[in-house]
Amino acid sequence: MSAAARKSVLVVTRHAQPARSLARAALDTALATAAFEQPVNLLFLGAGVLQLIPHQDSSAVGVRNLRKVIDSMPLYDVEHCYVDTDAAQRHGLTTADLPSGAILVDVAAQRALFDAHHHILGF
Amino acid sequence: MGMAVALNYCLLIMAAPASGYTSLTAARFGAAVIAQGHILPRVFFLDGGTSNGLATAITAQDEKSPLTEWTQLATAHGTELVLCVSSAVKRGLLDSAEAQRHGFPAATAHPQFALGGLGLLVEAMQSADRVITFGAPE
Repeated sequence: MSAAARKSVLVVTRHAQPARSLARAALDTALATAAFEQPVNLLFLGAGVLQLIPHQDSSAVGVRNLRKVIDSMPLYDVEHCYVDTDAAQRHGLTTADLPSGAILVDVAAQRALFDAHHHILGF
Repeated sequence: MGMAVALNYCLLIMAAPASGYTSLTAARFGAAVIAQGHILPRVFFLDGGTSNGLATAITAQDEKSPLTEWTQLATAHGTELVLCVSSAVKRGLLDSAEAQRHGFPAATAHPQFALGGLGLLVEAMQSADRVITFGAPE
């Protein structure tokens, strides 16, 4: 597919795992988009930032730990991981807690992101 | 006034038909898009949205059946209805191949829905001018 035909996708994830299988669906969609060599970015918005809490252990619950999946995103060519600044602050997440390379975005920067992508998928 | 431009739409559905009326809204939106002269080659059902393809869902007689609304789109306009295979099988939605593979006597997915991978969503997004998401909760 030619570069001109490629449409950028912003995957917006707004819910904490493991309560919502949506969180998982958002990551799967981002990975699939990247696997087909389409430009894709992830935005963790609102309660979605809770997916980024470090050192999660969900083995006793019996579901997969999504933070490991999120950390592997750059390896699979998901370009950037954007994080809602206000939500991160509200939930006590510091820069050190976030995946390496994560970019904090305030409301104005979020608006710019929405503007800059062809398609926005809301999870 | 310029000529109306026909756009290529793709719908991504994540709402289950039994929780509220988002599925009905989405199916009506799809029909409206086509009525306006646009095209809707594919609807992709993901996560809880895959329940829209359940062949055995019964709707109360005085209510509209989301299943009927979706299958009408497929019948009348050739819209492809694709259930994300991993979300679908988790919810017991099996086509005849999956049913056979897992040892169940019959398919549970409606025959007008196909099971497929997320690649089919990616492909639809690339050709679409508009992708509309329905059903992620607030």
